[in-house]
Amino acid sequence: MIDPIFLAEAAVNGILLGGVLALLALGLNLIFGVLDIVWIAYVDLVMLSMYLVYFLVMVYGWPIWLGALAGVGLGVVLGVLVHVLIITPILDSPPINQLLATGGLLFFIQSFATFLWTTDHRSVRLTLPIIEVGGMFLSFARLVAFGLAILAMVGLYLFLTRTYIGTAIRAVSQDRGAMALMGADPQRVYIVTSAVGGAMAGVAAALLSIQYSVHPHFGAAFGPITFMICVLGGLGNMVGAFIAAFIMSEIISVGGVLWSTEMGYVIAFALFIVMMFARPGGILARRQ
Amino acid sequence: MSPGRLLALAVLVALAAAPFVPMGGMRQYVLHVVIQIFIWSFIGQAWSLMGRFGLVSLGHGAFLGVGAYTTTLLWNFYGLTPWLGVVAAVLLAMLLAFVVAYPCSRFGITGHYFALVTLAVGEVIRLLLIAERDWTGGSLGVTLRAPGSDASLLAIQYADKRVFYYGGLALWLAGLWVWARVDRSMARSAMEAIGEDETAAASVGIHVTRFKLGITMLSAGLTAIGGVAYAQYIAYVNPETLAGIGVSLRIVFAVVLGGMYVLLGPTVGTALTIALSEYLRVVFGVKFIGMAETIYGLLLVIFIIFLPAGIYGSVAALLRRRRVPAAAPA
Repeated sequence: MIDPIFLAEAAVNGILLGGVLALLALGLNLIFGVLDIVWIAYVDLVMLSMYLVYFLVMVYGWPIWLGALAGVGLGVVLGVLVHVLIITPILDSPPINQLLATGGLLFFIQSFATFLWTTDHRSVRLTLPIIEVGGMFLSFARLVAFGLAILAMVGLYLFLTRTYIGTAIRAVSQDRGAMALMGADPQRVYIVTSAVGGAMAGVAAALLSIQYSVHPHFGAAFGPITFMICVLGGLGNMVGAFIAAFIMSEIISVGGVLWSTEMGYVIAFALFIVMMFARPGGILARRQ
Repeated sequence: MSPGRLLALAVLVALAAAPFVPMGGMRQYVLHVVIQIFIWSFIGQAWSLMGRFGLVSLGHGAFLGVGAYTTTLLWNFYGLTPWLGVVAAVLLAMLLAFVVAYPCSRFGITGHYFALVTLAVGEVIRLLLIAERDWTGGSLGVTLRAPGSDASLLAIQYADKRVFYYGGLALWLAGLWVWARVDRSMARSAMEAIGEDETAAASVGIHVTRFKLGITMLSAGLTAIGGVAYAQYIAYVNPETLAGIGVSLRIVFAVVLGGMYVLLGPTVGTALTIALSEYLRVVFGVKFIGMAETIYGLLLVIFIIFLPAGIYGSVAALLRRRRVPAAAPA
């Protein structure tokens, strides 16, 4: 029999993980909503930023906050580069080709990281305390990451609702065709969207790097679950993705304690498949 | 005989005679590469049966894994010959395909969503194989139980690579035959109509669900056979090489690289990707682990951007364009 305190601990850890997963899913979903393209390599961009944070902090001795900022900066640059170099030429290709082009990027990043940095696991070692709350042991790093993830999401929300370009982005995700009719420049909106999506990846990278070690297959570990969350929430639907992130992270965390880590993921993916059939438009979509 | 048929016959004769050409110490290696090309081309053909009609699956690793593990575990634990095991493997893979494809078709899950659902299925199979480590060996994989002799028809295990060479050749030709059959059938027109516009296809009396299910189950069954063939040849199965995203994407890439709308597209794509990674492996060796895949990934992105119809597809289209004006003067 499993001690209920372990379950409670797993549930809290699930919520904390959910915050960072939600951030990842929102970044990917923003890009999908506007460009109608799934960046299969999204979490691999996160991984590159994590490597930067690791090298700046652990090798060059930068303070963690400066390293994290640099990670966010790299995220922005990568987001824009992916859009300009890969997405722009194939904007009008069939969706399968767009999916595969970013899939090729995934292979490229993953193997290049293996080539440059080998498959060693590298972690940013900070001496952060473990906090005891009512018998549960919670990592301070995770609490900080959760708080900052929520802050970043609030920032994204304000950006999308309070700024002119943010409003333009939301308008585009509602109707792509109408934008050109209104005389707006699509390429500019696309680039800003990709930059913001990249920034979200960078923030997620900074937050993940204080909890997990980075290795070339990091993208393969977190990528699938991120897509599942986006689809479960409804591709392009921000609120849905936010809720779905917590559902999935709870299943993974609690299922991992009750059975095994793999079974936690199996249940999460199986739920995703079943939910696709029950609610293809995402958990918040109205049934037709 | 037309020049095309003559060429095909010449290629076949060359392929049949190839194992007996003296190659010195290189023979085993060359045979190994060609056998892999045969098997993965066959799997690519199976994938393209669906892919060409817009049913893009990113989870064909699931069917490979189900196929390979079914025969392997039946042989290891119960001593059931893979000849019978493959029947179970195909049936299981088709059942899995049915369970996934039926709701997808009923609830109109297409495009991105279909790709992501299949991706999840591939991951579920990979994770289940790892989780059930007591009898699947987990991420360490399983070695096929050795039959006790160098050549066993019952176990389909041979020390001599030439047996697998001819087996692979036969498999590849059978795959081409199935592809050509589908290409010439009514199902092709129906599936093309469905791929263009499902509602319109249904309105002219095409049974959308039946055709989609049929082609998906056919593709899954053939993929399972490919998985069994690969497992028998390598005599070792592992969840990473036979299930999950990595292998699923590799299949798709090879086909897209070659061109999925032409008969020999999957073969050309597979041959190129395998030849490329072998070449890079030989050039860079173990000193630069990952370099081969890096170049491979970069080439894929470039190809998808500049040659979306695939290498063979583009060449074939170019030849056709040149031939048409000569045949039909305006």
